Amino acid sequence: MFFALNLRIGFFLAVRQIKRASLWTTGLIVFVMVLTFLNLVVVSGVLVGIVQGSIDSHRTQDTGDVIVSSLDDKKYIENSPEVIGIIKSLPKVKDASARYRLGGTLEANYKTRKETDKPNIAVTQIIGIDPVAENNVTNISKNIIKGEYLSPDDYDQIVLGSLLLNEDFSFNALFATLKNVSPGVKIRVNANGVQREVTVKGVFESKVQDISRNAYMIDSQFRSIIGRNDGNVSEIAIKLNQGVDPKEVSEALILSGVDEVAKIKTYYEAQPQFLKDVIKTFAMLGNMLSSIGLVVASITIFIVIFINAITRRKFIGILKGIGINGKAIEASYVFQSIFYALCGSAVGLVLVYAVLVPFFIAHPIDFPFSDGILVAPVNQTIFRIGLLVLSTVIAGYIPARMIVRKNTLDSILGRN
Amino acid sequence: MIETKNLTKTFKDGEAETKVLKGIDFKAESGEFVAVMGRSGAGKSTFLYLMSLLDEPTGGEIIIDGQEARKMTIDEKTLFRLEKCGYVFQDYALLPDLTALENVALPLLMQNIGRKKAYAQAKESLIKVKLGHRLGNLPSHLSGGEQQRVSIARAVAHKPKILFADEPTANLDNESSAAVVEIFKELHQAGQTIIMVTHEEQYAKMAGRVIHLDDGKIISVQKN
Repeated sequence: MFFALNLRIGFFLAVRQIKRASLWTTGLIVFVMVLTFLNLVVVSGVLVGIVQGSIDSHRTQDTGDVIVSSLDDKKYIENSPEVIGIIKSLPKVKDASARYRLGGTLEANYKTRKETDKPNIAVTQIIGIDPVAENNVTNISKNIIKGEYLSPDDYDQIVLGSLLLNEDFSFNALFATLKNVSPGVKIRVNANGVQREVTVKGVFESKVQDISRNAYMIDSQFRSIIGRNDGNVSEIAIKLNQGVDPKEVSEALILSGVDEVAKIKTYYEAQPQFLKDVIKTFAMLGNMLSSIGLVVASITIFIVIFINAITRRKFIGILKGIGINGKAIEASYVFQSIFYALCGSAVGLVLVYAVLVPFFIAHPIDFPFSDGILVAPVNQTIFRIGLLVLSTVIAGYIPARMIVRKNTLDSILGRN
Repeated sequence: MIETKNLTKTFKDGEAETKVLKGIDFKAESGEFVAVMGRSGAGKSTFLYLMSLLDEPTGGEIIIDGQEARKMTIDEKTLFRLEKCGYVFQDYALLPDLTALENVALPLLMQNIGRKKAYAQAKESLIKVKLGHRLGNLPSHLSGGEQQRVSIARAVAHKPKILFADEPTANLDNESSAAVVEIFKELHQAGQTIIMVTHEEQYAKMAGRVIHLDDGKIISVQKN
């Protein structure tokens, strides 16, 4: 009863104080709260977004939504044609690309080098693909930066990842790269003890370094190089219809018995462990930065409410003098804090979801290893708003309590 | 109605002690109008603040409406002030963010009498002090005299048992002072108990009794 009455009176006082406060002051406080909100949501969102961009790149350019690969003790997926048939029969599957994969080397200067010259060799993963199916799953043709993508009848042609070429990436001092190679140049492919001269048809680039160090040939030719004519492939990347949960398809494949001959992983399960660690690390960093933001917000609100309460100390004294309960006066300051936090959060929400998220989707940040987006899941955002409100409530309550506790008459008369 | 026994108040500032009240025995009956006079520093305001439970005495007793002040907790004193006391301060002590009507209605709302009733009672009180046309004005838009009348309206809106006034005319011109004093006169005639601190002899004469303080003691009591 008394509690509700104090809240009602607190609300009455808070509304009138806010209504009659200077617009500039209110605007400034709300602006600080907006910045705090953005600090809470955007900083961690961008950090997570960097990694999310990388996850998305892996998904769209390599694994697809689900990847079926050979068992650890096998070089290929047994009964691959049957497995491919099962995959393609699933209604939620949009496309599938079967790949042959084998480590090999590429040699560039074999025609011009003298006996004393070192051979220019780069080690790579050579992947045999059906160019149309692969493009349907990974849209690789969009990533061609020089020359052209493969056609199904491009025999003796190869497409190289940009990190295999010396000119494209200075970081390649770490890896052996091919010098003076560009579309139209002939190079040698060595795999499975077979040597074949092929022409570079195109060069592609991906933010995913592993992919940019691959080389692609058409599957029919690659089969002959690796001597496998039974149709058994190394892996199958599966693209699903929009909105389908990869887990559903993964489970359907397990039910079909595919797991007996192959490993089935969703794109998330297939992420390299380091990427998962980076996600955790960035999330922790984001939380640390958010915590600092929260402390700054709390201190800001504390100072604002403290100054407000100090300058209104006389009126707080009058309120107590005429019989207004101290709890009601404290509640009025808590309500004001909540108002500032909610206003800041509301403006921040509009900024994040109506401006920043769509903007970053349309214009991802060009980070070296991913196209960074802003990741702001609604549930986490609501949690952060809750944190912001809670911290401002505490930050508003403490100074109000400090001033309300002072002697009534001293407050009225302005005595210390 | 109100009684003090051997009331003392000492202010301390480090080692230095200032005895402002040195044992005051005083009694006012219900419906009485008492004026407290004395030169500056005589202890008039301190005496009023102690009687009105706004400050704590160093020693002695205050019995108000049959209750011993020293036995009351801070919350009980706050509630007592809300329900049974009214205050008129020298500088009006209005809340700058509230309109005249809201200033008067606030203590009524705190008494939980309902919003409509509180505002109706506040309006009635403001009409009585001839401010029915200034209900929605903020204090900053009112003259000193008007602000003091709002303050009086707030003090009496809930029909307190006792009204304390600390030099209510000190900041007002003659015309406004006369209007304020007239209101006090009417309140007294209606049976309101009033204890008023004043410097001005002419206004003290309205009271039924005038007590003179000097050096923290009552030096004379004069009946009008």
